[in-house]
Amino acid sequence: MATATVILLDGLAYGMVLFIISVGLTVTMGLMRVVNLAHGGFAMAGGYLAAMMIRAGVPFFAAAALATLAAGILGGIAEMTVFRPLYRKGELAQVLMTFGLTFVFIAALTWLFGTDVKILPIPSYLAGPVDLGFRTYPTYRLFLIVVGLLLFLLVWFVIEGSLYGARLRAAVDNPRMARAVGIDVNRLFTITFVIGCALAGFGGVIGAEMLQLDPFYALRYLVLFLVVVAVGGLGSFKGSFVAAITLGVVETAGKFLFTDIAAFLLFALVFVLLLWRPNGLLPPKSVA
Amino acid sequence: MSAFAHPALSVRGLCKSFGALRVAQSIDLELAHGARVGLIGPNGAGKTTLVNLLTGVLPADAGTISLEGEVIDKLKPEGRVRRGLARTHQINTLLVEESVRDNVAIAIAERERVAWSMLRYAKAWRACLEEADERLREMGIMDVADRRVSALPYGQQRLLEIAIALALKPRVLLLDEPAAGVPAAEAHHIHEVLERLPAEIAILIIEHDMDVVFRFARHIVVMVQGRVLKRGAPAEIAADPQVRAVYLGRSTV
Amino acid sequence: MNPAWHALPWLLAIAFYFTAGGYLSLGTSILVYILLTLSLDLALGYAGIITLGHAAFFGFGAYGAALFAIHVNADPLLGLVVATAVTAVFAVVTGMLILHTQGVTLLMLTLAIAVLLAEAANRAYKVTGGDDGLQFTMGPVLGLFRFDLWGQTAYLYTLVILFVWFVIAWKVVHSPFGRSLDGIRQSQARMRAIGTPVWWRLIAIYAISAAMAGSAGALSAQTTRFVGLNTLGLLVSGIAVVMLVLGGTRRLYGAFLGAAVYVVVQDFAAKVNPFYWMFVIGGLLMATVLFLEGGLMEVLDIGRRWLRRLLRGSDPT
Repeated sequence: MATATVILLDGLAYGMVLFIISVGLTVTMGLMRVVNLAHGGFAMAGGYLAAMMIRAGVPFFAAAALATLAAGILGGIAEMTVFRPLYRKGELAQVLMTFGLTFVFIAALTWLFGTDVKILPIPSYLAGPVDLGFRTYPTYRLFLIVVGLLLFLLVWFVIEGSLYGARLRAAVDNPRMARAVGIDVNRLFTITFVIGCALAGFGGVIGAEMLQLDPFYALRYLVLFLVVVAVGGLGSFKGSFVAAITLGVVETAGKFLFTDIAAFLLFALVFVLLLWRPNGLLPPKSVA
Repeated sequence: MSAFAHPALSVRGLCKSFGALRVAQSIDLELAHGARVGLIGPNGAGKTTLVNLLTGVLPADAGTISLEGEVIDKLKPEGRVRRGLARTHQINTLLVEESVRDNVAIAIAERERVAWSMLRYAKAWRACLEEADERLREMGIMDVADRRVSALPYGQQRLLEIAIALALKPRVLLLDEPAAGVPAAEAHHIHEVLERLPAEIAILIIEHDMDVVFRFARHIVVMVQGRVLKRGAPAEIAADPQVRAVYLGRSTV
Repeated sequence: MNPAWHALPWLLAIAFYFTAGGYLSLGTSILVYILLTLSLDLALGYAGIITLGHAAFFGFGAYGAALFAIHVNADPLLGLVVATAVTAVFAVVTGMLILHTQGVTLLMLTLAIAVLLAEAANRAYKVTGGDDGLQFTMGPVLGLFRFDLWGQTAYLYTLVILFVWFVIAWKVVHSPFGRSLDGIRQSQARMRAIGTPVWWRLIAIYAISAAMAGSAGALSAQTTRFVGLNTLGLLVSGIAVVMLVLGGTRRLYGAFLGAAVYVVVQDFAAKVNPFYWMFVIGGLLMATVLFLEGGLMEVLDIGRRWLRRLLRGSDPT
């Protein structure tokens, strides 16, 4: 029972990190139909920047906020220079272009910071354990779960409740119709891309405890982020939440219970899910 | 001549719903050999949906479709095509990177079942190319045979769409707005081509231009909201007050 | 294209054999990469099957050849044929599962297959040697030519197999079957409307492509007498795509150019700084996509046209 609780909590914390990083990617791929293999790079950039700032004495949350902002700005620059020419091109060109961008990210970070793993120190008030009654549990992971849930609710609130969200939903469901009724889909996308990259950067910071920060971060975890998006359904933020939590719990459970074949089980699950629902668990209306 | 014992295409009780929206409600339809049937109705009446149901692009909820007596409900779209049911699309689906000639030749290769041959190029493919030229001449677009489809004027793309369907030597041909989006001057050419289509092919045509339909078709089916409202000879349809009310009110026919 | 141009890459490959010296084994690995890239050109370039999982077939062939040499027979050609055939069968089975999907879903499924296979190979260390890989010995080719220390047999053996596969690939893409693949890449809806069994066609080319990739893997294992888990890695799939696009898709010879340039650049750049090559390759990829969609073959075309004009200009008649 205690083990089950720990697996569930660890899985939830891990799933929340996956969700925060992937939610931007799902909108990118759903709205503009761009296969973005460089998304992990923005999370990595956020994590690196925060690690550097904290080492220089900036407090944890200030560093996280600044890194989030920086990742967003970086995303904006990338969108305007690299991604715009890609919208008209085929999937293959998109795969290659963003793959190339990831390589450049990796090389640049290595050049700047070396190849060693960067530790991102957790503030002391979050570092200790907390007593759950039947056992102690790391405070930081509970913090991750709370932050993840809050962000999920915030994203939900914005997408379901605001004018921006209504436009975004309309554009994902039917881009042509959205253009026809006068929504500036390109501007909408730039804004969304920036927010998505900022969220990824934030995820890179607070998830550094679980997703280890080194230059190959962008490639190593990319598959995970893509899996979340594909399993959840392109363009479906609720789908990516469900997928992220499911995969987080399944992978954590796999590591606890079947250490040897955890990765195998995870991808077998992904394989079956994608065959069962090629458009994802909760696809938006346009592809359902 | 046993095939002539059955109509070219026979549809019984075809139904299809998207959720609560019923796009085909128990549709019956029969095309005799060499028939010329016009399918008309206001936008959203379910005309293109009906074509998609017939060709198998959309699975039907209920009903039977038979081609010269053979039930084809269970067949995939490509299987129905191989048995002689061809169509044109309202929006072009041409191979834009290929030449006009190759677009037709690729279709002929499928019809002749040579498209599986991997290691012999010369003879089989050359025959396909030669026949393709013949088709293009019939359509009057031989002069652009070598041009890439992406560089072809829209009107000629529509003709190519018809040429490809004809190259399949169908027994039943479904024409989904063959002149849609074409300027009036060029549309005239497409209508001429329609007049000259081989007499033995049974044809169902969806068309918005009432002049064209009433001249081309010998039998007309009117659809409204997924149902057949009326069917009959062009003169009857044109005179029918109900049809005029829902559909032809604004027409001069 | 003037037929004389067809001889050029092969003459260069033969000339390399006599001049390479210590670089001959690098040449062999280039030939192996060419074969892998060529296989990808069939599936991705011509048929438009978007895949990041070709490492699965490369590794399948590599382990197939190694295990066959260890447990059954050390004859290279026999091993190559068996490894190629089992890879094709594997591709038919997986292809039937995944080839009704398209786009990102297909990409993820191909990726998932490669990861699953790599994990399986990692777990089955009693068979595959796990992280240590498998080291083994090969018999002589055709019972006559031993694999020598300088890699001469390895190079020529690989070159001959590459040639055979190239001829097959050339025939396939120029056959009516190959033309139908062109059609499927451009519009599956159109091809269904003319009666093409799209799914079966895709399975067929997927299997041919996989057989070729399996051969490449088998050659890689046989010529180095070693196979490791890296043959199944994501990097192999990625590199193959990079080579293909760098050289130029749907040209067949693009594979030659892409693989050769990639390996040479990597070899030089990596000597300067192990990470430098990632920068170079990444930049090269982005530049290719943005400015040179036809890849390096397009540069070659421009050069050839220029050369022809130059020759004609100097011709007094």
